[in-house]
Amino acid sequence: MTQISAPPSPMPGNKPVKFFARREKIYPRKVSGHYRRLKWLAMIVTLAIYYLAPLIRWDRGSQAPDQAILIDLPARRAYWFFIEIWPQEVYYLTAILVFAAIALFFVTSLLGRVWCGYFCPQTVWTDLYIAVEHWVQGDRVARQRLDKMPLCLEKIWKKGLTHFLWLLIAFCTGGAFVFYFNDAPTLWQQLLSFEVSHTVSGFIAALTFSTYIMAGYAREQVCTYMCPYARFQAAMFDKDTLIIGYDPVRGEPRGKHKAGTSWEGHGHCIDCTACVQVCPTGIDIRKGLQMECIACGLCVDACNDIMDKINLPRGLIRYDTEQRIESKDSAKNQSPRIWRPRTFYYLTILCLVAGLVIYGQLNRKPFELHALHSRNPLMVKLADGQIRNGYEIKILNKTHEDGSFSLRVENLQDAHIEIRGAGHLSPENLEVLADHVGSFHAFVSAPAQKDTPSDIRFILKDNQTGIEETYDSMFISRETK
Amino acid sequence: MTDHHNHQEIDEISGVETTGHEWDGLKELNNPAPRWWLWVFYVCVIWSVGYWIIYPAWPTFGGATKGTAGWTQFTKLEREQAEIAARQTQYLGRFHEASLEDIMNDPELYSFATAGGASAFKDNCATCHGTGGAGGKGYPNLNDDEWLWGGRIEDIYQTLLYGIRAPHDDTRISQMPAFGRDGLLTRAQVMTVADYVSGLASASSGNDHPGYTIFQEKCASCHGPEGKGNRDFGAPNLTDAIWLYGESKDVIFRTVYDGRAGVMPYWKGRLDDDTLRQLTIYVHSLGGGEAGESVNDSDFGPTIPDAGQ
Repeated sequence: MTQISAPPSPMPGNKPVKFFARREKIYPRKVSGHYRRLKWLAMIVTLAIYYLAPLIRWDRGSQAPDQAILIDLPARRAYWFFIEIWPQEVYYLTAILVFAAIALFFVTSLLGRVWCGYFCPQTVWTDLYIAVEHWVQGDRVARQRLDKMPLCLEKIWKKGLTHFLWLLIAFCTGGAFVFYFNDAPTLWQQLLSFEVSHTVSGFIAALTFSTYIMAGYAREQVCTYMCPYARFQAAMFDKDTLIIGYDPVRGEPRGKHKAGTSWEGHGHCIDCTACVQVCPTGIDIRKGLQMECIACGLCVDACNDIMDKINLPRGLIRYDTEQRIESKDSAKNQSPRIWRPRTFYYLTILCLVAGLVIYGQLNRKPFELHALHSRNPLMVKLADGQIRNGYEIKILNKTHEDGSFSLRVENLQDAHIEIRGAGHLSPENLEVLADHVGSFHAFVSAPAQKDTPSDIRFILKDNQTGIEETYDSMFISRETK
Repeated sequence: MTDHHNHQEIDEISGVETTGHEWDGLKELNNPAPRWWLWVFYVCVIWSVGYWIIYPAWPTFGGATKGTAGWTQFTKLEREQAEIAARQTQYLGRFHEASLEDIMNDPELYSFATAGGASAFKDNCATCHGTGGAGGKGYPNLNDDEWLWGGRIEDIYQTLLYGIRAPHDDTRISQMPAFGRDGLLTRAQVMTVADYVSGLASASSGNDHPGYTIFQEKCASCHGPEGKGNRDFGAPNLTDAIWLYGESKDVIFRTVYDGRAGVMPYWKGRLDDDTLRQLTIYVHSLGGGEAGESVNDSDFGPTIPDAGQ
């Protein structure tokens, strides 16, 4: 047995090593500039889409809801403007998710983590919460001072107002979410008269809570520790991807610089730490590309501001490719390569998936047929020696008009179809209401077949349009022991 | 107590006491449980006290403590059953009032009837007739179009109400005599007539068959001169493809020699009338149900050419 010796102990009397690093609260400083304006714009646009999209109406006639974007869970339908999805077509959703993922890869390989910096809900709501904080409590230093302050009236009202506004925003977030799953005008009435279902109030409460916690407290920790995309987006990076970068060639050696003196022997970084103070994830961009960086560009704004003040060219910290940042003068002006193998592959897959979705939608059948062979009993022998099999016929009428269909069977000699149900039913006239699934029990009788089971095919014809749909099933002539 | 409890070993890196346990040089630190974990534990302990008060908890000699909520599994069951009953009443009321004909033509009542019938069938009938109603040897297949006592809706209803050879005053009784055992026919005669009967379905037994005269003399009174059966006596059609006990000559011999007397229990008074009517419609819907007087629906079900017998 080998004794593994412990690492050398710290100096006696020193505090033992802590294995847990407590999160240090980040107080991002206010900044203005090009990227900050872009971020405001992205915030306004994304929030407007989120809050207003469920209010858009879309006329679908009397048989379907008139809301443009609606996931109708009780009726199991999803509507998106001109697209309607039934549960059987959930693969469209898969395709859309694949499309979204590849689109993220594509954009990331070109522009870096722009999704994280500008459009991700976590970023947008955190940014909104920080804006509230700033508006009520003041800028970075004021907020730091307020936190250190003992409990007093000023602290109580400032903190109280902040949390009240946060909760209000969180409540509106949860409140808007439920509109995607309910008819908006009806839900408005219900909300205003406090007559919402437990499901609705439960979801509003859950989203209010999670928004408050995530945007108010967890913030950058979501990106650093919880978000998987943050981790694997680095895999889409290469030397030609746009990133936020500090130019060490120009900036180092950094240090304080007295105004009016020569820059000889000095880098352009005057170590003012403006870039660190504005960073919402609390990192120092001058240490190079880091996993925590969400590429929001606020440090670029902060640094450019300083560069303007000390009369140096902008762009010490800038959006650029790793290739150009690291290289010396000669390659600096090389334009970034857009067409690389990975961007080409991503774009190809994007077009492929988009093509498939569009093809699927254009060729979507207005109705669908399913014939489920009855299993108990598998077959029935009739008095005249013929064999009868039962089938559960389901006709999905995806149109918004009542339909009439006729059912026949192929590959079965002398087959006779009989439909059981209430009233007079004939296989030539199966009526299915608009946007409904019609269920019929069909009995198919035929002489015993040589092969058992034998393959048969049901054919369903729309009596109005003549369009046909098929469903392959089987006919069982003998019980197999 | 072993001696490692007596001296405290402090881990040099973390400064935490060890438990003294060591595996291949790895020592276990005696860290306290995390504070958050302890708090969750304490909250759970406090929370559980609420259970003692609200729900039945402590066993006593007179049964468990009742709890303030009055909750038991029995009250829960009662409440859930009441919910189901309440949901059913909206249909059950209409169903109760409607005639069988109305039900057969009303999609909603028809689905209600077949659903309720299917469930009652599994509880009461499946033991003999199978969960799918496919029957077995001696137990009729309810899916096919051969009926001993008739397949019209009113026939099925009557069979369900009073049974066949059941201990009820209104039950339907008939007897397949034990021709051999009771000495009505000799063993050789039984064999001859069994051979004749087994050839009826394939039409290979003609008037020239030696069994023909025995059949006309002993069997035709119930099964008819052509062997097509008679539903008034529950006498099966011997010329079709369906054999309740089996189509082999041996089985037919046994049937003729020993007789048969299958029993269908009566259900009147044991199931309520609504359930019986649901069962009737369900059995009728299995595939063999025939058009009848009360349900005058020519499209409904396969019509047997000689159903009038």
